Amino acid sequence: MANVASTTASAGSELTARALREAVFSGLITLGLFVLFVGLKSDQNIRNELILNQRWSLLAIFVVVAMVGRFLMVAYAQPWLAQRKAVKAAAPEVAKEESFFSRNFSKIAILALVLYPPVIIALFGVQGSLKWVDNFGVQILIYVMLAWGLNIVVGLAGLLDLGYVAFYAVGAYSYALLSSYFGLSFWVLLPVAGLLAACWGVVLGFPVLRLRGDYLAIVTLAFGEIIRLVLINWTEVTKGTFGVSGIAKATLFGIKFDASKDGFAALMGLPLSSAYYKIFLFYLILGLALLTAFVTIRLRRMPVGRAWEALREDEIACRSLGINTTTTKLTAFATGAMFGGFAGSFFAVRQGFVSPESFVFLESAVILAIVVLGGMGSLTGIFVAAVVMIGGTEILRELTFLKMIFGPNFTPELYRMLIFGLAMVVVMVWKPRGFVGSREPTAFLRERKAVSGSFTKEGHG
Amino acid sequence: MTAPLLNVRGVETYYGNIRALNGVDVEVHRGEIVSLIGANGAGKSTLMMTIFGKPQARTGSINFEGQDITRLPTHEIARLRIAQSPEGRRIFPRMTVLENLQMGASLDDLKHFKEDVEKVFTLFPRLKERQAQRGGTLSGGEQQMLSIGRALMARPKLLLLDEPSLGLAPLIVKGIFDAIKKLNKQEGLTVFLVEQNAFGALKLSDRGYVLVNGRVTMSGTGKDLLANPEVRAAYLEGGRH
Repeated sequence: MANVASTTASAGSELTARALREAVFSGLITLGLFVLFVGLKSDQNIRNELILNQRWSLLAIFVVVAMVGRFLMVAYAQPWLAQRKAVKAAAPEVAKEESFFSRNFSKIAILALVLYPPVIIALFGVQGSLKWVDNFGVQILIYVMLAWGLNIVVGLAGLLDLGYVAFYAVGAYSYALLSSYFGLSFWVLLPVAGLLAACWGVVLGFPVLRLRGDYLAIVTLAFGEIIRLVLINWTEVTKGTFGVSGIAKATLFGIKFDASKDGFAALMGLPLSSAYYKIFLFYLILGLALLTAFVTIRLRRMPVGRAWEALREDEIACRSLGINTTTTKLTAFATGAMFGGFAGSFFAVRQGFVSPESFVFLESAVILAIVVLGGMGSLTGIFVAAVVMIGGTEILRELTFLKMIFGPNFTPELYRMLIFGLAMVVVMVWKPRGFVGSREPTAFLRERKAVSGSFTKEGHG
Repeated sequence: MTAPLLNVRGVETYYGNIRALNGVDVEVHRGEIVSLIGANGAGKSTLMMTIFGKPQARTGSINFEGQDITRLPTHEIARLRIAQSPEGRRIFPRMTVLENLQMGASLDDLKHFKEDVEKVFTLFPRLKERQAQRGGTLSGGEQQMLSIGRALMARPKLLLLDEPSLGLAPLIVKGIFDAIKKLNKQEGLTVFLVEQNAFGALKLSDRGYVLVNGRVTMSGTGKDLLANPEVRAAYLEGGRH
């Protein structure tokens, strides 16, 4: 494919012929795939009878889209890509100095996040900032924190955990129940929720010590479901599917965010608005997320963090170097779970309402997807992945203009998972190790160098 | 002679119902290089792993410095300063050379890390050149050096080497054997070596054992074994061409 640049006329027509052939094939495959899904639709008529609607035109659209897409792919996109690759290969390797932006990415990002609420208020006003700070800011940061927490278990220690949402649930219910039964404040219960989640992390850790990979994944998946089912069925305490509502809000050094005389707005002489509380929550979750990142970075340089990474690489070698793999695994589970618990109690305080609905397997899957897409172990990559994935789904809600194209019944957020899945496939094809596939070494004698991920196969660390 | 550093007595190890070791007696004294040779499936690696507690011996005993280690978990055996370069090297592929060495020093919490790294780099200068490179990108020989270097970082009293010559070019094997010899002569390091490369191993060793079907059939000084017609017939003729 290297000489595509010098395509002759005959080669060109050959390419077109091949593209046509492949277009027909993909059209047939699409037809076969979708004839039952799209072409036929079972429905009920007025008399409650089952009838089959035939939607041949819609099916035809699917098939045509697939055929045209394949044709364009083979005839134009692939030669173009190959040509670009050839040009790139021919060009001499230039040692590229990292730009200022990429060198200081994390500092710039933190600064941007700290400045985010004031900037949004300046742009949209206090009331208009609500949506941007809450839906985008807080929502994304919760997932950033969860993914960073899970990253300790999956990214560093290499223990595939499909039930991470269980610890999120433990944290959320710890705060919700302890505050409504005993009236304890958020700041007291935050560490308590973290501790309880960490305990459950150890409880999960013990039976799965001997398991790895797929087997571990299955057991953790089951654990997540067990926690959810307990929450649903233990109705005397958790109120089952009704959930716990009216959860107390967090306070800032005892200052409440409400309409009372000594509330935040009155004290500051500001007009009453729920936006202040949201901004407070934004900084709270930002602080919690940064704490997670800070702890992760520090732990990686400490014996236990190094042991986690070594454990991910080779358990047997670890043992023969005198590392107690039992405690190493348990600390990984406990630490990861603790941050899940923090995030959970934050979630409860933000929503003011928790129910088992919020802690379904899909949440675990989304968090894990963010970790994998970001590049296991890389905090920056995970942050970017969370912004893209969660921000992307939030943006879908905003795309109301699509209703003009697809009709008033079109709700873009229903296509969330479809786009989510597509995005994952695309990222995994182009960047199989995630957005940031390199890992920062923790040992240096003199200079530090990033270690590229591209030299080893996927699955090898 | 004083009490042996490592004393393996009548060890039997099973994989399920299959007996891999059938009453093995091996002694390693301080300052010695002892090699264990044998064919594929004779139980060499099993003995190595049994010393390290995984799998544990069903009967018999293993003593290290007079302490019974037969039932200790692997990591506690390692903490008694027995270091191992396992079969297949088992370095950490995604971690850099330096990080791999760091893992080896984790027993003492890196107290003498810098000093020991310099020692390893003097022994294997190639590792110094490659210190910032990922373990997985090293060549086989370099990985073997790293594996031995990592074991040395724990300041072991006894170094177990499981087939250090596996899959390596003869010149590199010689380099590694020379390094082992040097460690033994200069630092007085005790080495227990498991090898298929019988000629190289016996030449290097003070004493040797021959393992056949999970049983020690012959033992003696390295020289004697090299000269022994049975050993020559079974392990050396043909092996040297």
